[in-house]
Amino acid sequence: MAGKLRVEVVTAERLVYQVDDADMVIAPGAEGTLGILPRHAPLVSLLSMGEMRVKRGREEDSLTIFGGFLEVANNVVRVLADVAERAEEIDLARAEEARQRALARLRERRADIDRRRAEMALRRSTIRIAVARKRRARPAPGGPPLPEAQP
Amino acid sequence: MPQAVTPREIRRRIRSIKNTAQITRAMEMVAASKMRRAQQAVLAARPYAERIRAMLGDLAAMTSPQEEVRAFPLLQRRPIRRIQLILVTSDRGLAGSLNTNVIRRAVDFMTRERPEPLENFDIVAVGRKGRDFLVRYGWPMVAEFTRITDRPSIEAVRPLAELATQDFTTGRVDAVFVVYTHFINTLKQEPRVLQLLPIEPPEGTGAISDYIFEPDPVTVLEALLPRFIEMQLYRVLLEASASEHSARMVAMRNATQNALDLVAELTLTYNKARQAQITREVSEIAAGANALGALQ
Repeated sequence: MAGKLRVEVVTAERLVYQVDDADMVIAPGAEGTLGILPRHAPLVSLLSMGEMRVKRGREEDSLTIFGGFLEVANNVVRVLADVAERAEEIDLARAEEARQRALARLRERRADIDRRRAEMALRRSTIRIAVARKRRARPAPGGPPLPEAQP
Repeated sequence: MPQAVTPREIRRRIRSIKNTAQITRAMEMVAASKMRRAQQAVLAARPYAERIRAMLGDLAAMTSPQEEVRAFPLLQRRPIRRIQLILVTSDRGLAGSLNTNVIRRAVDFMTRERPEPLENFDIVAVGRKGRDFLVRYGWPMVAEFTRITDRPSIEAVRPLAELATQDFTTGRVDAVFVVYTHFINTLKQEPRVLQLLPIEPPEGTGAISDYIFEPDPVTVLEALLPRFIEMQLYRVLLEASASEHSARMVAMRNATQNALDLVAELTLTYNKARQAQITREVSEIAAGANALGALQ
């Protein structure tokens, strides 16, 4: 399949995502956002946390990535993530809750250890919410609308 | 018949043994489903593990001029004076000789295979059975982790990895070993010793020598090492978990079989006793009738 990328996202526990007809991958590299097109030179990069997008024709898949590595070779993009989930796997209500909890904790201004953890929690939940919302706000053009979130 | 066992008593024993068989059969089925899940988890962990291993091998081969590798604390080899031993057992028993075997392996390792005296071991117990053993016999235990071997997750592994890494990098110990049960197949598991730290990088294939690295090879390698430790510990716990559940499944299958054999045997005894009783009663009646006939 010339001109397409094979994309795999794995964590230590499972295979999270796999396609073989991607046109472009956009990932949160440690040194800034990485854009990867077919025939990219072999690359290994550290990942920070954020959204990873995979463009396939007119569709686009969204994932959250929290740390790990990205490896590109021979039109294969492999992500070894510490934590990763597909947009539709995210529990939006839980993420909102986590975000509120983190914000409340930050407002309290107590011990310093609490603070760092709360900041991390805030970042994680913010990313999750953004990815989950986007998925819902933008169904694939031309395709059927996405099913509503389960209550 | 020497002992006068009444048929009623035998019947009670049969009933109680049947109940036991029912419980052991249920445990066998639970263990079987947990074993399947653990085996699937082993398979699911493989792609990540293989890539991390391959990248580590290539990078270690590539970045080393040996001096540079020495600069990574997790690769540092020093004379071993003190050892941390992570002993992986199950939380629950009824798993045949699983825990006995892995504990015996650990004791062998500490008393025969290593020259270090016992007081130079820090033992970390993972699983209640190992913890109980160490406490009962007064072995030097520094930490315990329970309730992670039944169904291991990568989050549960992280504190364990952190403890080992910290004790190694601060120089409290000079090596970390893990004793666990390796899963070969449903009928066969084998206790094994794995060196966790210092990390022995796997052989590189040289496949990634002309890669671009972001930010740079040394930083990538540095980030790779702690993940390699987590991955190895996770894999060890999955193996131990698959071993535990299959050992329990087999033990419970044997227990069920034994119970059913016992039931068959007791049923025979019961029927004999019942027959004997009937025969006795009939002959008593006959004797009584005869006596009556003689009188007339």
